[in-house]
Amino acid sequence: MSIVSPEFDVPTSGPAAGARSEDYLWTLNFGPQHPATHTTLRLVLKLEGERVVDALPEMGYLHSGFEKIGEHLTFNQYVTVTDRMNYISPMANNVAWHHAVEALLGIDLTPRCTYIRTIIAELARISDHLLCNGAVGLDTGAFTFFLYGFYQREVIYDIFETLCGARFTNSYTRVGGVAQDFTPLVIEKIRGFLKTFPKTLDDMERLLTRNRIFVDRTKGVGVLTKEEAVNRSATGPVARASGVTRDLRKDEPYLAYADLDFNVCCATAGDCYARYLVRMQEMRESLKLVRQALENLPAGPVNVGIDQRTALPTKQQVYSTIEGTISHFELSMSNRGFEVPSAESYAAIEAPNGELGFYVVGDGGESAYRARCRPPSVLHFAMFPHLIRGHTLSDVVAVLGSLNIIAAELDR
Amino acid sequence: MPFTPPAVDEVIAALCERHGAMETSVYRGQARIVVPEALSLEALEFLKRSGFDLLVDVTCVDYLDYRGATSRYGLVYLLSNTATNQRLTVRVFVDDPDPTVRSVVSLWEGANWLEREVWDLFGIRFTGHPDLRRLVMPEEFTAHPLRKDYPLQGRGERHNFPVITRDHS
Repeated sequence: MSIVSPEFDVPTSGPAAGARSEDYLWTLNFGPQHPATHTTLRLVLKLEGERVVDALPEMGYLHSGFEKIGEHLTFNQYVTVTDRMNYISPMANNVAWHHAVEALLGIDLTPRCTYIRTIIAELARISDHLLCNGAVGLDTGAFTFFLYGFYQREVIYDIFETLCGARFTNSYTRVGGVAQDFTPLVIEKIRGFLKTFPKTLDDMERLLTRNRIFVDRTKGVGVLTKEEAVNRSATGPVARASGVTRDLRKDEPYLAYADLDFNVCCATAGDCYARYLVRMQEMRESLKLVRQALENLPAGPVNVGIDQRTALPTKQQVYSTIEGTISHFELSMSNRGFEVPSAESYAAIEAPNGELGFYVVGDGGESAYRARCRPPSVLHFAMFPHLIRGHTLSDVVAVLGSLNIIAAELDR
Repeated sequence: MPFTPPAVDEVIAALCERHGAMETSVYRGQARIVVPEALSLEALEFLKRSGFDLLVDVTCVDYLDYRGATSRYGLVYLLSNTATNQRLTVRVFVDDPDPTVRSVVSLWEGANWLEREVWDLFGIRFTGHPDLRRLVMPEEFTAHPLRKDYPLQGRGERHNFPVITRDHS
């Protein structure tokens, strides 16, 4: 959308002589602390009345050197930092980090582990989309919708708490496996969620999808075309709402996605409303995935075997076999650990926000030589000025919410 | 069994035919090609025209104390083809002093902030970049903290940051 700035009557004499029409623009500082940014980021907006002429996004307020820390923590320790990168769906970040590490080390997971990781990644996707869509609703005036979504996030927190003891920063995965196996109680809770959640999702759609106010505020706002989405490296729901059919779960099936039946949700409009719809539909597909994975959960060990020398053996193995004892001690000693090749590899997963990958460089030591995180939020935030130009100030929150910017992932 | 992306031999062969032989390797199914710095923009433009339309990431690795490394900085361009799902890693090596490489913002708009981040954290200058400012570190910062010779705990730069009070904001 191009904007035509109306010509001002610039006086030719007097104190205001020679003023340009840009001189009449307002500059508005939005953030870094503002309820509608939801996280710590800043926008400098140039306004002409209520219309945004230009926006200058700024980030770095939460920069904590996560990538530098990744060069000093071991592969298992760093998972706690990945939690903090995206606190909306930390489980997906855990899975992404160890997916990349296992690609570097060349570890094949057990079938049970791939299914468990698929289930938790999809639950994380549901909780992420609930918050993102809820926040879009909240910013455009639909408070009830947000509460419906947040209540269901609470149920997912409960599942994660039963699973690993932590509600928020889970740190659940390990190299070659996960911290704890599913217990019958976890499976029961997930089954309960699968039963109750579709009803809530129906309610949420009835509340907002055809709500006149919401549709007016989001339809045709922040349009991203397909070519621009690819050129600006958009991924995930933002790209799929613009008609890019890329979904790593289908295109590069990792974990157990090749065995499961699901659809890739796309839209063509590329506006805030399309992004909302894609996220709503993806939650239904995630439910399908969780249900299938849970019913077909393979039996057997959850961690890789002792011969791989990466995951801690079970206590029974430690106390009753010599290999288990040796492996347990070697993995606990600081000068043994596991063998890492001097090589580099990139592996990504389809995180709720887009392609979340890690470029990991190993140098033979027990921590990464370089642990680069490819954050989807940075690339989405970079195109914000492009999306907002020509819209009004009140559209800023709608566009910002629909991009789902996580500041901790922006800055790392 | 992990997924292996489709092979990219044909594109690499076409690139080498055009710009001369380049070092290629494959690690766990991931193809990689080392492009000389003088050819980086032309090679990436050729790859973009050959179908690698998505620039996944631009990053850098500082090989200061890496065993067997010959150049200090290795830039990483991760490319992907959205139609065929091929992936290709392009490496460009640059050295001190004044590590410089040409910007690819003219090819992919998405490279804008990725290159700013590399400049900020590694100090690699991108010629032709429209707006090469620091991205995550404050403007007053003088070092490039992801370089290997920068200590983990910093050099106390934070103590020298200007304090903005309510009266002087």
